[in-house]
Amino acid sequence: MELHNIAPNTLIALIIFYIFLILMSIAGFILRKAGKNVDNFITRMNSFWIIALLFTCAFAFSRKIALLFIMLLCYLALKEFFSIIPIRKSLRDVVFWAYIAIPVQFYFIYTNWIVMFYLFVPLYMFLLIPVAMVKKGETQGFIKSCAVIHWGLMSAVYSLGYVALFYSIPASINPKGGILGLIFYILILTISNDFSQFFFGKTMGRHKIVPTISPNKTWEGFLGGIFGTTIISIIMGYFLTPMSIYQSAFAGAVLAVAGFLGDVTMSGVKRDLGIKDTSQLIPGHGGILDRFDSLIFTAPLFFHYIAYVFDINILR
Amino acid sequence: MVKKIEYLFRKLFFAFIIKPFIYIDMGVNVENYENFPKKGPAIIVSNHNSHIDTLILMSLFHNYEIPYIHPAAALDYFFNTKFKSFVFRKLIGMVPISRKVNKDNIDSIFDEANKILDNNEILIIFPEGTRGSNCELQQFKTGFARIAQKYPSVPIIPVYIDGPDKILPKGTLLWIPFIANVYVGEALYYDNTSAKDFAAKVRNIVWNLQQAHKNREEL
Repeated sequence: MELHNIAPNTLIALIIFYIFLILMSIAGFILRKAGKNVDNFITRMNSFWIIALLFTCAFAFSRKIALLFIMLLCYLALKEFFSIIPIRKSLRDVVFWAYIAIPVQFYFIYTNWIVMFYLFVPLYMFLLIPVAMVKKGETQGFIKSCAVIHWGLMSAVYSLGYVALFYSIPASINPKGGILGLIFYILILTISNDFSQFFFGKTMGRHKIVPTISPNKTWEGFLGGIFGTTIISIIMGYFLTPMSIYQSAFAGAVLAVAGFLGDVTMSGVKRDLGIKDTSQLIPGHGGILDRFDSLIFTAPLFFHYIAYVFDINILR
Repeated sequence: MVKKIEYLFRKLFFAFIIKPFIYIDMGVNVENYENFPKKGPAIIVSNHNSHIDTLILMSLFHNYEIPYIHPAAALDYFFNTKFKSFVFRKLIGMVPISRKVNKDNIDSIFDEANKILDNNEILIIFPEGTRGSNCELQQFKTGFARIAQKYPSVPIIPVYIDGPDKILPKGTLLWIPFIANVYVGEALYYDNTSAKDFAAKVRNIVWNLQQAHKNREEL
């Protein structure tokens, strides 16, 4: 197995990230020793460790393994989506074709056929799902089922697939951190955005921002999230990406808003279905869609931003 | 010695084939896992829509317990050839129960099931008698109640499983991944009612678990 050339900056960032994780875990254990009830926090941290190690292993070796890993992630997310929506048994075949879209899309990513990636799920699956429905011969809830299944594909397969598409950007545009630097940047930024929104919301949240969808979200958390994420973006952008300070600050602010929107969108879906978590896959966090809801919005946005600023050819 | 190898083989089969298949390909959400038995003896009573039901229930146990779990299976379906009988008995630990009662087997019909409970092991029974369709709960057959009658100290755990009827319904081989939901009810013991009443009582509990699930889906 051939190892990636991990850029020194990315390696250092990874080490700092793990030191941070270790400190958080130690803090958790000290608090527990002090008699505080932090079981939930420790469960979350343990799950987070497993996620972090899985991601590190998946991305450390080769592009092929990384793509397979993201493919698995998309599959788990899509399966979660199909399991939470009240889908009828008669639509099994349509769901089957939706699952088939995952390997096809990743084939396009793997062969760097980017235009086809852009088109496949948004256009061809959009056309194919009604065809599968017609083949089934059922008219009851026809348009609704088509829309729901396509919605799931767009968010769980297409948008999350953008994480894999970073591999199609030529590494030469980012001499500082390489492709892994960009992926590390977007993953960490999305997580830290969730965290800083939670932190600011918890400490000084007063005014609700979307009370009907997510009553725990506040304006203070939202703005604090933008503030925190922008600062982290400037630091990480400087070391890991080719962006200038202003570009990093802009990216940080935009991604903070996008992450927030991804979060509340999934909250809206869950509220509609009357569930709290999308599954029990990750103890303390819920499901893949709970954990990566922000990434659904941030990954495509950051990809297009980088492509627009540094490698416009990939968009042509 | 032969038994030990068989048990080890069954554990490995579940650890490396069945459990990854159940947990990664499909996924299981369990409600009230604390009600689920960790050790035998116990009788698990569940609705039945798919062959996957058995594998899901068995996967909920720790690997150490796997050799001591025995799903009761129809004699005429799973044990009608020597090969099938060998595979299902050795690999999954199934025990045969005849679906037809006649003069010859009326005394010995539950012998194997009783042996399991005598050994403090766990029995899984699908008292609907066959796989249903469209998630409609059939009448419960009284066999499990007759077994429970003999072992009034053995807990009976009612379970409702949702999902396998979408994953692999009766009459198809195309399996489609969904996450299954398992609702575990509180354990109960045989009381002094008749087997028929007791079967109806347990069915009512499973039916309530199903309704709780349906209410959630319609929200």
